[in-house]
Amino acid sequence: MCRLSAITSNDYISPIENILALETMKEGHDGSGMGLILKDLGGDFQQLKQYPILSGICSKRGLKTLDDYMTGEGFRLIHTWSPTLKHLKGVKAREHYFARAYDYPPHVADSPTEVKEELLLRTRLALRMMGEEDESIIVFSFYPDVITLKEVGDPLQLCEFFNLDTANIKAKIVFAQGRQNTNYAINLYACHPFFIQGYGSMTNGENTAFIPIREYLKSRGFPGYIGYNSDSEVFTHILHYVCKTLKYPLKYYKDVITPLKASEIETRPDKDAVRLLKMSLRFLCIDGPNCVIGFTPEGSCFMVQDAKKLRPGVVGGVKGKVALMSEECGLNKSIPQRICETDIFPMKYDMVIVSPGAQEVKVWNQLQGWTTIMN
Amino acid sequence: MEPASRLDNNHELTLKEFPYIIKWRDDRCKRCGRCTAVCPMFAIYPTVAAHRVVQSIGPIPTPSTERRVVTVVKQSSNINNYCTGCATCSLVCPNDAIEPELNPNHKFIFYKNTGGTPYTRGGRRNDPSISTLDRLKFTRISMLTDPALDAGRHEFRIRTYLGRILPPEELPVTVQGDDVMLDTKNTTFVPPVREIYPVMIGSMSVGALSPTMWEGLAMGITYLNEVEGMPVVMCSGEGGMPLRLLKSRFIKYFILQIASGYFGWDEIIRAIPDMVEDPCAIEIKYGQGAKPGDGGLLMAHKVLKLISEIRGVPQGVDLPSPPTHQTKYSIEEAVAKMIQSMYLAWGFRVPVYPKISGSRTAKAVLNNLVRNPFAAALSIDGEDGGTGAAYNVSMDKMGHPIASNLRECYLDLVKQGKQNELPLIAAGGVGKRGNLAANAAALIMLGASAVSIGKYIMQAAAGCLGDENNRCNVCNIGRCPRGITTQDPKLYRRLDPDKVAERVVEVYKALDVELKKIFAPMGRSTELPIGMSDAISADDPAVAQRLEISYAC
Repeated sequence: MCRLSAITSNDYISPIENILALETMKEGHDGSGMGLILKDLGGDFQQLKQYPILSGICSKRGLKTLDDYMTGEGFRLIHTWSPTLKHLKGVKAREHYFARAYDYPPHVADSPTEVKEELLLRTRLALRMMGEEDESIIVFSFYPDVITLKEVGDPLQLCEFFNLDTANIKAKIVFAQGRQNTNYAINLYACHPFFIQGYGSMTNGENTAFIPIREYLKSRGFPGYIGYNSDSEVFTHILHYVCKTLKYPLKYYKDVITPLKASEIETRPDKDAVRLLKMSLRFLCIDGPNCVIGFTPEGSCFMVQDAKKLRPGVVGGVKGKVALMSEECGLNKSIPQRICETDIFPMKYDMVIVSPGAQEVKVWNQLQGWTTIMN
Repeated sequence: MEPASRLDNNHELTLKEFPYIIKWRDDRCKRCGRCTAVCPMFAIYPTVAAHRVVQSIGPIPTPSTERRVVTVVKQSSNINNYCTGCATCSLVCPNDAIEPELNPNHKFIFYKNTGGTPYTRGGRRNDPSISTLDRLKFTRISMLTDPALDAGRHEFRIRTYLGRILPPEELPVTVQGDDVMLDTKNTTFVPPVREIYPVMIGSMSVGALSPTMWEGLAMGITYLNEVEGMPVVMCSGEGGMPLRLLKSRFIKYFILQIASGYFGWDEIIRAIPDMVEDPCAIEIKYGQGAKPGDGGLLMAHKVLKLISEIRGVPQGVDLPSPPTHQTKYSIEEAVAKMIQSMYLAWGFRVPVYPKISGSRTAKAVLNNLVRNPFAAALSIDGEDGGTGAAYNVSMDKMGHPIASNLRECYLDLVKQGKQNELPLIAAGGVGKRGNLAANAAALIMLGASAVSIGKYIMQAAAGCLGDENNRCNVCNIGRCPRGITTQDPKLYRRLDPDKVAERVVEVYKALDVELKKIFAPMGRSTELPIGMSDAISADDPAVAQRLEISYAC
């Protein structure tokens, strides 16, 4: 079972905080990978919020291909951040790790957000295809104000490898996952958190309904619904489909992935709609043990459990800094000053939603409605 | 010179030609006559024979011979009185003196065409070999990486939908503040959808089945719904339903079938104004897996008073349904108009779906239905389905197995992104070897939203004797030894409808537990695992390749 560590804060924080939290949960990950997503960036990228950032890894040859392609598409490189590598025994260094901010091609500079997002997605997919066979180019995200970093190894070791403790890279939302490989081959594209068009999520668990969900998503006709090196990638894409394509409020993500029974739906004020949603989105119902932690483009973070609450998961913190962790010990490490009694352990009907800047924590219960825990 | 016909017996058959040979034991038989009285085929008869008996009377052996005329039981060598192997004789014999024995080297179908009439029978395809469904195993077991569920403790939702489901983009809903609400100003037609148990009882008519059998099934599913909370539904088959049931609140548990003979529909249409509930759905029968291209046929001797009243026909006449719906001439007519007509009859409140026999052309029908926004489902009946009466050649040699037919239809829907819009119902050979839960689960994982059973429930709930070695299989002649497929009161009195209902309930409760025992180790409980093809493997690489699943050995 992977270990998850997400922190959302009103101040810029270093990813080292997440990694130290993961370290307390070390028995739960096997060094088969770590993924980091930083959103709402500080440090070097604080002044570049409107520019899309391409995050990934490439070889020397891949870098040339990437540059040629990006130039050909009209993107202009503005800023590059690469971690200063400290070569360590046990971590196989790749040639270039990068987060590069680009300016949009002139022909889309004034286009609406949807057009820009579509271009960014298409570009990321094209780069992924180019480098997929020989792993010369691996791209994780291409979106404004978001950086993704992934590598195989133990989180603390990778922190040292990337020199994250001294790097000037900070963010208000940091998601980190220490991976316990259950996907047969260790593949960086299988490493959480996953990201698509502003939506990100990571999971500890195993999605037993993976194949029907994958087939359903792939047949939506949306080009970004590809990959699926991990069965958990579908959680991110379901989130995107529900909130971005269908434009439903975030709480309906819970109703889609863990729908209520027919008799339970009858207690809801929105029962007529929920009944229809349950039928029409039947193939997106997840199964198996899963705790999903995710974020939305506007910066809300959330945690949901599977329909039987088979995984651990806890949310807690103080106003301005809230952590969503797979285990309590991680929370203790990150925010020891909080009042533990108010920690939230979401159960099978619950969805914990933390507002941007960790100003408010609310629990959405599918049967009982909203409860505000922190405001 | 004597004519050859007097010298040999070429016009007679030896018992070696027959599929079952009666083993009768002279020493055990007490000549009660029950076996010969009960035989539905008159395949055995009492007769007399002269026997030479060696005997000794007194304390000192003094053997002497005596010629006696004794009563014996003989098997007929008339092809039309062949022994079907039903073993009703064994059932009634008080001394275990008689039983039929399968003769694997028989040449029965060489001769069963006297008068130029091909062999007709009931039952299903005579192929006792293992079916594709039984070659599938559930191999994705949750082990350590994710915990298996507990079939006895966890909650499982074994339910499915019957009805056309709108894609989410077309739902008449609107976001109001933080809620998604039904958009009352949106005029989009939301097709009716039923939440049902995924294993339904397929179409078997009042007429094909005896009154006691049909009543038993109907009581059984009603009990399951009302007492056990399991929404099991049952299809009427062609030929209508008793008026009292049509007008009762229990009609919601039944699917009414309309087929090419339209039998019973005068009565149904007349009953609509008096119906207090809508039926579960309407099934339009275009084909039957057991006999593709054939219509239905209820033999005259089954058309007695009750049947004639329900069907609105005279007594004692053959009731053939044409192979196709005669008033229609194209798929647009046959499907679209008929579906919409049936929707109209119930004010668009009842799902209407067609049933076809398994066929290489199933995908063409499927794609027509995909474009028809009213089509509520597609039921595909594979070649191993049963029937009450058909030509042997149709049953044995015509048709398409359900597994690959269903799979290619499902994958076609996946390609179009419509896998949740048009539910597929699979039938034909489900539970052929008794593995009902496993076969049903395998079909669901291949892409079926629901499965239909017919022959299985007759076997499990009423002791139908038929099997794939052509045992019994005389549903067509109205002399069913179990009283299941007969309209003769002397025969159907043998069947207690309460016992049938009890067995239906037992079968479904056991099925429910077995489905949980399959789904639990695979970590599936919240929704039916439709299309979960990574969960199953075939023991044959060719089967695995065709079904696009893994091969395990």
